Amino acid sequence: MSNVLRIILQRLALGLLTLFVVSVVIFAAVNLLPGDFAQVILGQGATPQAVESIRRDLGLDQPVVLRYFDWLGGALTGDLGTSFAQANFASFVGEGAARGTTVMQQIAPRFANTMFLAGVTALIAVPFAVGLGILAALYRNTAFDKGANVFALTSISSPEFFLAYVLILFLAVLNPILPSLSNIYAGMGLGERLERTLLPALTLTLVVTAHMMRMTRAAIINLLASPYIEMARLKGMSPMRVIVKHALPNALAPIINVIAINLAYLITGVVVVEVVFVYPGIGQLFVDSVKIRDIPVVQACCLIFAAAYILLNLVADILSILSNPRLRHPK
Amino acid sequence: MTSISRRGLLRTGAAAGVLAATGLPIRAQQAKRGGRLVVGLSGANTSDSWDGRTHSDVFIISAAQGAVFDSLTEVAADGSLVGELATDWEASSDAKTWTFNLRQGVTFHNGKPFGADDVIESLQLHVAEGSKSAAAPLVEPIAEMKKLGEHQVQFVLNAGNADFPYLMSDYHLLIYPAGQIEEAIAQGIGTGLYRNVSLDPGVRWVGERVESHYKDGEFGWFDEIEFIAINDNTARMNALLTGQVDAINRIDFKTEQLLRANPAVRIQEVTGNQHYTFPMLTNIAPFDDVNVRKALKHGINRQEMLEKVLFGHGQIAADSPIGPANQYMAELDPIPYDPDQAKYYLQQAGLDSIDVNLSASSAAFEGAVDAAQLYQASASAGGININVVQEPADGYWSNVWIKKPWCACYWSGRATEDWMFSSAYQEGVAWNDSQWDSEDNERFQNLLVEARATLEPALRREMYGEMQQILRDEGGVVIPMFANWVQAVSNKVATPDTIGNLWQMDNSRLAERWWMA
Repeated sequence: MSNVLRIILQRLALGLLTLFVVSVVIFAAVNLLPGDFAQVILGQGATPQAVESIRRDLGLDQPVVLRYFDWLGGALTGDLGTSFAQANFASFVGEGAARGTTVMQQIAPRFANTMFLAGVTALIAVPFAVGLGILAALYRNTAFDKGANVFALTSISSPEFFLAYVLILFLAVLNPILPSLSNIYAGMGLGERLERTLLPALTLTLVVTAHMMRMTRAAIINLLASPYIEMARLKGMSPMRVIVKHALPNALAPIINVIAINLAYLITGVVVVEVVFVYPGIGQLFVDSVKIRDIPVVQACCLIFAAAYILLNLVADILSILSNPRLRHPK
Repeated sequence: MTSISRRGLLRTGAAAGVLAATGLPIRAQQAKRGGRLVVGLSGANTSDSWDGRTHSDVFIISAAQGAVFDSLTEVAADGSLVGELATDWEASSDAKTWTFNLRQGVTFHNGKPFGADDVIESLQLHVAEGSKSAAAPLVEPIAEMKKLGEHQVQFVLNAGNADFPYLMSDYHLLIYPAGQIEEAIAQGIGTGLYRNVSLDPGVRWVGERVESHYKDGEFGWFDEIEFIAINDNTARMNALLTGQVDAINRIDFKTEQLLRANPAVRIQEVTGNQHYTFPMLTNIAPFDDVNVRKALKHGINRQEMLEKVLFGHGQIAADSPIGPANQYMAELDPIPYDPDQAKYYLQQAGLDSIDVNLSASSAAFEGAVDAAQLYQASASAGGININVVQEPADGYWSNVWIKKPWCACYWSGRATEDWMFSSAYQEGVAWNDSQWDSEDNERFQNLLVEARATLEPALRREMYGEMQQILRDEGGVVIPMFANWVQAVSNKVATPDTIGNLWQMDNSRLAERWWMA
């Protein structure tokens, strides 16, 4: 078991390094974009004096490197700073009136919403995809298998917004079953929240199903030629039982890997879906912040996205070790 | 036209205010209380707050001035000025001293009674040290604010301004409770028809009707209002078509047919002051030559541009920024598209043909690049070779506008002639995007100052008419068209016959003026 622990620690250390590199890249990239926060927020009213005064207030007149280390220093002590929009607002009304909303406070509710959407999607998509993969393996090379493949590949090949609009057309406009707006808010009952979240969750399900289903099917079929499967079959077990009891446990490692990557995608890749369904998640906040070059928020969002990938990949690796006795008990 | 005396005008203004406070508007008899209005609006930002100094887009303006807060005056749907927290006002003969009588018996949502101190303190916010209020230019000319009584204030201006009461209707100039302004900004405490229930910036706003209000029986029919931030055009349209919202702003013209085909919704369209422009710097060759400017104005096919860029949702303009939502819009003939005339004016400038760059980007207005290309095509027949330079949308207003000699631009217009002219056509102001000054036309600059202090409407009409004529003939800004405000409303909601055209969504006052059918 100490083996596993060492891997976890190693991976976490590497993850921190990755986060650091990500933060450098993002900071540099956002600074390379034309126009800064002051110019964007002032728009047509960007007179040199106004731009200068906002830059001075936000410290945007400092050199980039200095600003980065300022931010890094804060981030290391757990302070992700205040968003430019909020800081600019504070400089309008005086420190007293601004309630000092930090980036953390701004992101927290949005992140919770995104996690809720990811959770609902995962609850639908994972059993659906794995079940479909098992059935496809069971009835391989039949019309069902081919149909499931065509369906899954079609949905993953279409852009997300297109899938979203197709679902809106059929489930909201032509047959008004589900609402096309997913504007959930604090204080909403769970039932209503679920109802509003269903359409974006279904869209995301369509996007992530193919990958997981194909991997499940391939991993199981791979094992079906193994001698122990043949043995099980010779014992007279039903094909379904052979696959679920004997093949599946040994195919878990690659499946878990794919599921983890897709879960990470559910957190980081939902930007388009959130915009189409007006879902107040972190993706929408991210887009809004990039638009106004609000570097502290963009940085924080990117760190969350990167951390999600790193952590879920780590979880995938650990689980695949735990699901594989050979890795679990190395000689 | 019958001449109206200054006092007569003021009396009518005051009478209108009193009438608005007590009488019933034409459609109000059919209006009824009740219901929850849900509106999908674009233009929401995560930085939105109840601080009027930062307001700039329709979502927060509709919630703040449109529902939670009041201002001193208000532009009614028909364009007339009526009192909101002021009941009536009077000016000295030089238009320098203005006395406002304030409404009595008004209370803020937290129970504090409204009075003169609230007005003075709220206005001072905009000129406080270090304030970056967008409305500072409106408040700065006030040299002195005097409290004459609990319900009377007097403003002494640096120079006469006949439009002063109009300026007080600006959406930045919200009235907060004195001494509790920080709290009011944090929680949204105003004197409006709707109490703030929750504001989630960039996401959602909910308000509930106050029990009793001075606008009772006249405005404020809904029990509850919900605004949902929907910045995506398609999502907004879907929300209306599926009945999840009762009204939306900013219709996408490309999919407008789908909305028109749906019998459950109707499209509302008004022409206001919003105009698309091509300003040229008149201090830079070749635009410093009035003949070149005239040639360029003959080289644009306004009708074609209106049809192809705005899909017909607008009105042809005559190179004057004064629009249908202004009081003194002159009846000018737009300069017709005439390549021969363009050639003639080029010859007058001593040229056979001319090569000019026109910078454009979608940041200027939607379809600006298309508009520039249309301009290029139409002007070439007149010997004008326009090279369309496509600029990046990012940083357009900082790097291109007023920097490049000729570019595309838009203005949402202003409620008064003087406000518009002194924002963009007065010598030396920051946003003078054609560098239009007394070297170009001294008469214009003189008239601008003179008209500002003139109270007599007939005289003002004459002066502003002449100024618009000057801009049409010689000005450095090509203004081909006014763009309509186009929005869609479900048939579940009833709207008055007259819809405000100063700004979208019934001047952002839908919460107040509309009701459930």
